[in-house]
Parts: sequence; structure tokens; C-alpha cells
Amino acid sequence: MEPSLSITGPSKPMMGIWEKAGLSLAALATLYFISFAFVGDILGPGYDLSLLLGLYAIATASYSYGIYRGEDPGIKNDGNFFRSLTAKGAIGWTMGVFLTGFYVLLYWYPATLGLVEDGPNTGIIAVFDPLSYWIKDAPASQWFMYGTLYTIAILYLGVKFMYKYRHSSYHLIRTGSVMFFQLAFAFLIPEFLQKLNQPFFDFKMIWPLDYYAFFDWRLDQLTSSGNLGILMLVWSVALILVVTPILTYFFGKRWYCSWVCGCGGLAETAGDPFRHLSDKSRKAWRIERWLIHAVLFFVTAMTIAVLHSYLYESSDPIFNTLGLSVFFTLLLGGGIAWVLLDETRFRDLDPKAKKLGILLAAVLIILLWESQITGRYNLLFLPGHQIREWYGFLIGATFSGVIGVGFYPLMGNRVWCRFGCPMAAILGIQQKFFSKFRITTNGNQCISCGNCSTYCEMGIDVKWYAQRGQDIVRASCVGCGICSAVCPRGVLRLENGPDTTNKADEVRALQIDSSGVKWNA
Amino acid sequence: MHIAILGNGISGVTAARFIRKHSQHDITLISGETANPFSRTALMYIYMGHLRLQDTELYEPHFYEENRIRRVQGWVESIDFDERKLHFTPLSKRNPLSYDRLILATGSQPNRFGWPGENLKGVHGMYTLQDLQAIEDSSEDLERALIVGGGLIGVEMAEMFHSRDIPVTFLVREPSYWNMVLPPEESQMVNEEILEHGIDLQMDTELKEILPNENGHCRAVLSSKDEEIPCGFVGLTAGVHPNVAFLRESPLEIEKGIVVDEYLRTNIEDVYAIGDCAQLDNPPTGRRPIEAVWYVGKMMGETVAHTICDKPTRYDPQLWFNSAKFFNIEYQVYGEVPVQYDGELDAIFYRDGKRSLRIVYHNESQKVVGIQCMGIRMRHEMCEAWIESESTLHEVLNQLNGAYFDPELFKPFHRAFVENYNRTHDQQVQLSQKTGLSAFWSNLKTLTKTQ
Repeated sequence: MEPSLSITGPSKPMMGIWEKAGLSLAALATLYFISFAFVGDILGPGYDLSLLLGLYAIATASYSYGIYRGEDPGIKNDGNFFRSLTAKGAIGWTMGVFLTGFYVLLYWYPATLGLVEDGPNTGIIAVFDPLSYWIKDAPASQWFMYGTLYTIAILYLGVKFMYKYRHSSYHLIRTGSVMFFQLAFAFLIPEFLQKLNQPFFDFKMIWPLDYYAFFDWRLDQLTSSGNLGILMLVWSVALILVVTPILTYFFGKRWYCSWVCGCGGLAETAGDPFRHLSDKSRKAWRIERWLIHAVLFFVTAMTIAVLHSYLYESSDPIFNTLGLSVFFTLLLGGGIAWVLLDETRFRDLDPKAKKLGILLAAVLIILLWESQITGRYNLLFLPGHQIREWYGFLIGATFSGVIGVGFYPLMGNRVWCRFGCPMAAILGIQQKFFSKFRITTNGNQCISCGNCSTYCEMGIDVKWYAQRGQDIVRASCVGCGICSAVCPRGVLRLENGPDTTNKADEVRALQIDSSGVKWNA
Repeated sequence: MHIAILGNGISGVTAARFIRKHSQHDITLISGETANPFSRTALMYIYMGHLRLQDTELYEPHFYEENRIRRVQGWVESIDFDERKLHFTPLSKRNPLSYDRLILATGSQPNRFGWPGENLKGVHGMYTLQDLQAIEDSSEDLERALIVGGGLIGVEMAEMFHSRDIPVTFLVREPSYWNMVLPPEESQMVNEEILEHGIDLQMDTELKEILPNENGHCRAVLSSKDEEIPCGFVGLTAGVHPNVAFLRESPLEIEKGIVVDEYLRTNIEDVYAIGDCAQLDNPPTGRRPIEAVWYVGKMMGETVAHTICDKPTRYDPQLWFNSAKFFNIEYQVYGEVPVQYDGELDAIFYRDGKRSLRIVYHNESQKVVGIQCMGIRMRHEMCEAWIESESTLHEVLNQLNGAYFDPELFKPFHRAFVENYNRTHDQQVQLSQKTGLSAFWSNLKTLTKTQ
């Protein structure tokens, strides 16, 4: 009686000659890349990197041609669940293991990549030296190598993505935007700043994604870099306290996550073939909410602790621990008061989350004043730098890098953005409670096919809402617009509407609107 | 009270969901097809590798558990209406199931018109998951698929085979695709779209006979033009009919479908029929007695839930709407859009490549009665509000921005549409300045005020 579930696609692999050639060439280029670690330069300074990037370009072009060739503009998801690369097959796993391994070496064993602290680089990193010298007259670091490859990945695979979605101006413009911000803001401007002997500064990086924005060494660096340094510091503060809430109010978190952010940029371009691998279950959603808000609390407490240590010995009338205590009391206390007083706005807030959030904020306030009064140095009973190290190791490196990108082919392209990014957590809270952004469902035209949920990289079960005729307002939505694109009935539209409180309340009755019954299951 | 729902398609599941909203009755959802209800419309996407079966399921299993909707998998063979019992096929290995009230939501079956060879191996319709399995099994080393019937499922099937680079011949009886529903211009757009995807589209051509090979498998088709077309698979997509054969011998009143009144009640007390299998005894003006459409199933499911929970509610589908997708061209229709225009109704049609819009209006009163678009998206509520409030053509054209539902940053089609109208009709209609949601809200406000 059990229906056979053997609908698993064709028995022969769906791979044409161009696709195969593209993947093989990419693998070959990667072997060439790895070989640098053992033999260093092969063709001579500059040539190896040029050849490597050339090979990757040809591989990308060949692969794209192979899967999109001859197809007119439109949705191109044919065979996604049949392909080894995109359906967790051998190629997908190989890629996952390779990426994970690469990140482990990058973060903890840069010497194996050829980084030499006091002397000329060797191995892989040496291959990037000529480019580094050309840009900023200094040898490459592992981060320069990483930044170059990261930018190249966004640019190459961004072009592939644009070709794939060439029928959609939303995706063309959005992808152009992430490519621009990566190339100019994340790569070129910071490198040129270094060349000009200014601090390395990415003007689009925002605390708490940029978790070291207010670390002591950063503050020292910026305050000793003249007017530009001060401007950078003021900009850092303004980004999170002014720019972020305003833009999110008007456009939702997408203004950052899928238009500007580098992590988002990589996810939207290089990660696009894996978006259907994100887990859509309610269980995953529960884990997500706990995890991402835990990281948000962690980074907040860590940052306050580090600032506290930094300001402990200052006798400046404002920039000392008293100023810090007052500032965060106002900020966190204001938040608590808002949540308690504005009941309409926060009516969808999980009561448990509400209690816990208030409790944790209150604990931070109490600790600030307790240590202020007793003159205690370690705000969180541990040295600030120790908490910082743990955060850097667990979240900064392991979560955002190793798991965040390494697991693309296994858990989808937004693992970090969805489960870990504290910036996404802040933007999500703003999007859920203070934003005009929503995804509108068109009447009752949903056919429950599941394309929207499946291709949601953030694992939102979009269909759950759409099939009930309900607008979608979810904290995690990064506004990539793919749900709207893949909907075969054109039911979904990303919109910035006029109202902000009852965006998703209405469950459109199919035709009996007098019932007035609300469905809360 | 125990309510049994036979069939776990969209009609049955919607009924179950709304019964739970309104009552604490015991609910059992019965199907032989799958344990967990899935979206039938997504069958094509499973074959094409866009989705897996589990991605097409309407809800996760916990939904049914938490809402106490019991799911039973088994094929019902007969119904004892006197004893109020469902009897399962021997293979289902299930004891008879008693009910207090019964909803029949048994859906459709693909039409077979007695073509010679229609029961050969490799000849299938596409309705159930089992059909899809059969299509999958036939696809191995398939050199050509042949599809009969120029409707929505036919195009879906063509797209499925196309996604696996299997050549397709598509026989359409009419001189143009779906021309009894689509006006000639839109029909032509679909013809072009089908041909552009390399489908061998043969119009004015019917199936005459399916020829077997020595293993009783189809090997070729003889068309009405006496051409023999070799094919290892034949897809029968010439419409559907209610899946009621197993009930024919029962006291249930059946014509083409199970006959129901406006409350979706059958001739037997406490037995209801909804969705594809139901035939309205007295359909609303302008509507057909049987409408095998997803949205109709959904609306009937919701309506019958009210009636079953002792809040008798008439089935009132209101404004007709439907949607589909032909390869890359999306299609939406609202209200009345005839194929031919006799003078009482007229239409403005404008096409730009793969996008088009048609607005149908009364010649005399200028009131808009229908809207149909291809390759663009329109806002359902706005179109419905215009037609129901009897807005005139010029009012609609002026407010067209409010019905804009294409994704943001898309080149607006509406401007070109109105410009074309002004040019061809020597008019000076202006589009209102607002766009998107704000235009929609302000239009809606104006319309409700004038009513």
C-alpha cells in the first residue's frame, strides 16, 4: 500500500558535457591552488594568480553555459535535487569537506598556507604577494588572500546568478549591489586605506557582525588616526544606532542582508545553488530562534565587558565606566520599557522570549552598576579579553567561517545568517516589530506547491502563510525575493507598505469573511 | 461526532482544517494515495527536480497531530450509506470505518475516450502520485514522449519532459492551444511559447490509435492525419472527469459527478461532496456545474466545514479567478473573459513580447467585467474590487498602478498599456501617480467610499 517513494529522478546523472567540463576545470584549478602550498610559485610572480583566476572564470562560464544554455529567461531549477553538487551527492560533500578544511587552516594554521610573520611569504599566500604589492606595497596576509578569493567568488558567481535570473530586474540590481559593496567597500577601499597608512576600515561593516568594532585595539587605532579615525568611529556608532533602524524601518532587513552585507553577498551568489538545502521544519525554526538570540546576547555582553575593561582606568568625565553604565542603562532599560508598555506592537512576541530578554538585559544593568559602585574590574567576573577570545574562536571563526561557509553544500547557504549572525538578530527584531516590510500574498491564489519554502535560503516555511492568504512577516527574512521569483502563480510580492503593526494579522477567509475566526495553529 | 473525509486533496484537507477551526469533532482524513497530504499541482516540480515529495506536503505531520486530524491510508472500495461505514479494498488491510457525517472529496480521473491501445503499458494520465511514479518509470531511455490534449496538464507534461531533454510531440485537437478558454491572441502567445521550447506542437490533430510493441508497451501513435509517430510514452491529458466510478452502484445520486445542492449536500443525509467530484445541481450564474479547479476545491472545503458544524452556509464562489503557467509565462484571469466579442462586450488587449493584458468591458456602460494577464502579475483584491464595484474602463485604467503585483523594480507594463490605449483610442487617460501598495490602498478606499 505504501506508495513507492522512488521518485528520485533519472538514474543517470544529469550532467552535460559543459557542466562536467566546468566542474572538472574548477577541481583542476583547485588542485593547482593547493599545489602552491607545496611548491609555491610555479609560473613566476603574478602569472600563477592570473592563471588561477582565469581558470576559475572559464570553469564558471562553462558550468553556467552547461546548465542554462538554450534556456530562455525564467526559473532554472531543473534537476536541482538530482545533481551531485546541489543534492548533497559526492561532489557536494567533497566541496563541503574542502571548504571546511580550508577555513580551519585559514583561521588556525595560516602558516600551512605560507604565512611567514617576519620574512617573505611562501606557499599559497606568496602567490598573492604580487597583487598585494601592486595594491598596497605590502606583502599579502592570509586575510588578503582570503579577501581576494572571496571577492572573486562574489564577482564570478554573481555574474552567473545574474545570468540565471536575467528576467528579473530586482535580482539584477540587487546582485549588482552586493558585487559593488564587496569589491569597493570590503576589498578595495580598506586596502587603499592601508596603502595610505590609514586604518583598515570597511565602511559597511556594522557592529555586532563586526564584533571587534569597539575593541580596545580598534579604539586606540581609530583615536590615534586623526580626523579620519574619529570619523570612522562616529560612523561605526551611527551605523548601528541611526542608519540601521531607519533603513530597516523603510525597507526591512534586506537593505543590509541581501543588498550590502559581504556574508549575504557570498550566500546570494556562490551559495545560490544550495539555497534549497536549508531545513524548513518548525524544529529548525525553534533552534534558530534560541541560537541567534543567544549569540546576540553573547556579543552584547562581551562588547560591554571589553569596553568596561578599556574604560576602567579612564578619568575622562564621559568616557569612563560611569558613562558606559549610564549609556547602556538607558539603551537596555529603554528597550525593556518599550517591550512592556507597547503591548500592541509586541503582541506576537513569545512570552518566554520576552521574559528571558528582559531578565538578561536587567542582569547586565545590575552588573554594570554593581561593579560601578564596588569598583570591580571584571564586569562579567572574567577578564574581558578572555570572553573576547572565546567569542572570536566560537562565533567569529568557527560559526561564521567554518560552519557558515563550509557547510553551504550540506545545510544551505545561510547557516550563519540564519542561526548565528547577531546583526541579523538585531535587524530581525526591527523587521518584525518596526518595519514597513512584508511579503504580500495575492488573494487566495496559492497552490501550496512548496517552491517558495523550498527555495527560501533562510528556511522560512513561506507556504504555511501563503496558503492561508496571510502576509509574511518573519524576523529572519532577508528579502532576497527568490520566493516571489519561483512562485509559479505569482502569488508573492516583497513590499514596503504603509502600516507597520498589523501587517500579517489578516488571514484572508477564502470567501466567507463573516466568520471572523482566527486560526492560530 | 465523527466526520470522515474521503480524499486528502486540497478540498479534503481544507475541509478538515476548517472543521477543526469551528468544532471539536473527531476528524478522519482518508486516502490511498499518500499518508501525508501533498500538493497535486506540484507533481511536475518533483519530476523536474525542483522539489522532493516532502517539499510538496501541505503541512508537517505535527500539524495533523496537534489539530487532532487522524490520517488513514487505504483505498475505499465501497460505502454502506445505511450503516454509515466505509469498506476498504482487501489490499488496504483495514477494518471498515464508521462515520457520522461523510465528506466525499474523491477528485478526478484523466479522461480516456476509448482510443484503441489506451490501456497499453506506457500510457498514462497525470493526476496522482502513482501516475507520476509511472511517468518516472517510463522515462528511462525514453526517446520521445507524445502528449494528447491541449489543456493545462498537457503543457505541464511537455515542460516536464523538456526539463530532461526528452523530445515531445504534443497533439492538440483544436487549431490553437486552449482556444476554447483563451482568446486568439493569448492562445497564440502560448503556441509560440510551446514551439520556442522545441516541442513538436501539432494542432488540428487528434489521436487515432496507440500501437503496441511485442511486449504490450506502446511504441507509436497513429494520428488523425494518419501519421505514425514513434513514442515510448503517451500522456493522456484530454481533461478529467469526477472519480466516482466506485460509487455508481450506490444510492448516491450521480450524473457526471456527485450531485449536490447549494449547501454541498448530496441526496443522502449527512453525506456531502466537494471539489472535483461534486456536480452543482444549480450552479451560480455564469458558472459550470463541475469546476475541477484547485481554488474551487479550497472554497468548497471551507464552505462545507461551516455547514457540517451546523452553520449552514451556501457555496458562493463569487468572482471567477484562475491562474496557470505555460513554461515561463504566468497567466491570471479575473471575472468574465470571453473568447469572442459579439458587440455587447469589448476588450482592450495589448501585448509586448511575452507580456500581455486584456481588460473586458461592457460596450454600453463601459463597466469592466473581466481582466486577464499573461507574463505580468495583477493584485487579486484590486481586480475583484473593480469588477464588483462596477468600475468603468477609464476608472480602472486610471487606477491601474494599484493592481501592480510584479516584483519591485520591474519595468511597469501598465504605463505602456495605458499609452497604447490612448494612442489607439485617441484618449487622454492618465495613470494615477501612486504605485504599489499605497496606490492599492488609496484605490480601495475610494472604491469602498463610492459604494
